[in-house]
Amino acid sequence: MDFDYSDDQKFLKDEARKFLAAHCDVGVVRGVLDDPGRSFDDKLWKGVTEQGWLGACIPEEHGGLGLGRVELCAIAEELGRAVAPIPFASTVYCLAEGLMAFGSEAQKAAVLPRIAAGELIGCLATSEGPGVVGPATLTCRVEGGKLSGTKIPVTDGDVADAALVLASEGGRPSLFLVDLKGAGVKRETLKSLDPTRGVARIVFDGAAAERVGEAGAGFDLVQAILDRAAVLLAFEQLGGADRCLEMAKDYALGRYAFGRVIAGYQAIKHKLADMYVKNEVARSNVYYGAWALNDDAPELPIAASAARIAASEAFWFASKESIQVHGGMGFTWDVDCHLYYRRSRQLSLVVGAPKVWKERLVGQLEQKNAA
Amino acid sequence: MDFNDSPEEAAYREKARAWLAENAAAHRARFGDLKPNTPEHMVAAKDWQATKAAAGYACITWPAAIGGGGGTPIQSVIFGQEEAKAGLGYGYFTIGLGMCVPTVMAFADSETKQRFVSPAVKGEEIWCQLFSEPAGGSDVAALRTRAVRDGDEWVINGQKVWTTGAHYCDYGILLTRTDPDAPKHKGLTMFWIDMKDPAVECRPIHQMSGGREFNEVYFTDLRVKDSQRLGEVGDGWKVALVTLMNERLAVGGSAGPNYREIMKLARQLSGPTGPALKDQAFREKLADWYVQSEGLKFTRFRTMTALSRGQTPGPESSIGKIISANQLQDLANTAVEMEDQYGILVDPDQAPAEAAFQQSLMWAPGLRIAGGTDEILKNIIAERVLGLPGEVRVDKDVPFKDMPTGR
Repeated sequence: MDFDYSDDQKFLKDEARKFLAAHCDVGVVRGVLDDPGRSFDDKLWKGVTEQGWLGACIPEEHGGLGLGRVELCAIAEELGRAVAPIPFASTVYCLAEGLMAFGSEAQKAAVLPRIAAGELIGCLATSEGPGVVGPATLTCRVEGGKLSGTKIPVTDGDVADAALVLASEGGRPSLFLVDLKGAGVKRETLKSLDPTRGVARIVFDGAAAERVGEAGAGFDLVQAILDRAAVLLAFEQLGGADRCLEMAKDYALGRYAFGRVIAGYQAIKHKLADMYVKNEVARSNVYYGAWALNDDAPELPIAASAARIAASEAFWFASKESIQVHGGMGFTWDVDCHLYYRRSRQLSLVVGAPKVWKERLVGQLEQKNAA
Repeated sequence: MDFNDSPEEAAYREKARAWLAENAAAHRARFGDLKPNTPEHMVAAKDWQATKAAAGYACITWPAAIGGGGGTPIQSVIFGQEEAKAGLGYGYFTIGLGMCVPTVMAFADSETKQRFVSPAVKGEEIWCQLFSEPAGGSDVAALRTRAVRDGDEWVINGQKVWTTGAHYCDYGILLTRTDPDAPKHKGLTMFWIDMKDPAVECRPIHQMSGGREFNEVYFTDLRVKDSQRLGEVGDGWKVALVTLMNERLAVGGSAGPNYREIMKLARQLSGPTGPALKDQAFREKLADWYVQSEGLKFTRFRTMTALSRGQTPGPESSIGKIISANQLQDLANTAVEMEDQYGILVDPDQAPAEAAFQQSLMWAPGLRIAGGTDEILKNIIAERVLGLPGEVRVDKDVPFKDMPTGR
């Protein structure tokens, strides 16, 4: 038993923080925020590639570093803290992790080295409209290896080169790998609550689609990919939540009202203590998630759900209450609070809202405790 | 980040499990199922503590030379888990071994330590902590119990309150005021006392929950020797902080039903739209409780990891009780409301789960106050963990006797 990062992992995390402090300051994030023509920072993407982060968990035979998942979690925590404006989660947590878990050898060999080299951006396309996507509402279809239908919204779909797409074939839901640069793909960039991350509508009209994993297992495969992504995203959420608490604390310690710093008032102290409590509950749950992910433990579905629920709650609370502590300044475009408020929404929605994960968790508990 | 046992830990767990299988069964065969807070229950508890001590499973992290197990914090966690699984666990020794005896070990002379530590580990003698007073709850340092020096002795008069187990305890550590002319934190001194002294009188408090687990303790001309002093005269607050620091390390499980019990209840009951367990609002609450409980469990493990790496865990473990007490109140009330009209019934023969939810509902308000109120714990987190300024203090440099008291 050991419930913390190891010294090596801490070192990696410190290095990641230093790198991001140097190459992803808030100016970089705002550069993307304020430019409707961009949804990620190309230079940072190159830097992250040079650091080897894209291929952190990709085996060496496919051009990666072959590190463990806890190392990736440490990187994710720092990316979340920096509100990094890059399609890292879509490329690494969804496409790379998805192919490593379920792709054929040929698919791995074709895609993973390009991800590690920073040549390929990935994404996961499941949603087709408002509400939860399910077998009854799935309209995208594959016939004779050609995909047709519309996915909306697809996170990072505006810039991605390849997608994992949930679609039905012969009436059975399956998962497909699609080259988004090929024929039969039209996409349109959409406006997002969080402009530092791209979203798109993708219209497929006879796009070449290659099945990933077993036919008919689409929803199970997507769920398994989401479980893995949920843990990694939870680390991003935790990093963001920690940063919100720090920002709120620093501001409260420097802001005077009624003759003293507002950090001395119990209304503020208790608010910050509440943030701390939620962040620690989240940290403990996401650490457990990291272990389950790294070990591919049977507990992963429960651990991932708990990590996502706790981290979503912590980041939401910290991001909204940080604005409150900052007062009127917190509501301005120029103060950074809203970057985190926006990202907290993006991260809470991107692989399914907390409500969906609560249901998943309770469903698992029902099975586990069926007496 | 490894939630599996290492080979050494697995071996320890196996050993502990085997030991528990044999000894817990023997213990049960001897004592059967007893009602808590009865003399028979206490006899059984002392027997179990002695059995554990003889095998090195009591105070696992303390050196073997003083009666402990000479083990690691992780071993202590492992044994605690296995003991809980075996369904055994008596609460009588938690405060004494978790807080009082460590304070004695830190401040008493070697003769006193020799005399008291080992009997406490074996469960032969139980200790209580005498800090809170009617005028000093959250503000413990406002206490008024007076100790006046008389040659080589001290004469103590005053009253403590909310003392857990004072009526069955043998010894206690007592925080007193020795200098009312000094500012309040500076005029305090700590002693250990004999709870069976005729000058000590315990009166049980009738709680809103109906029980009587806590006491008022009165001291009328109690005479103690100066050698019973723990720490220097006037240093009582520093000594008390050591006691309270140890409180954070005493690993406590949560009292009362958790998400599993309410799930069991929900399986059996109907809600407004079908089975109670299928009610969406309930399921979301259930998920939140699970996440909080697991979060707390793993936070405790993180504390233990810090310990085993030689770090000193700080006040961050204060989050535990804020969460568990509030969750208990919410969970109990949700269960009672789930029982609908029937929820008003409190007789264990009638109410589901032997009225555990009704009892917890009435117990939870106390849990949110005992051992630091929600509000004081949030202050501790804000000030000691986050480094925010302390409250504006009007009492800091004023002689204690000149402080306004409201009566």
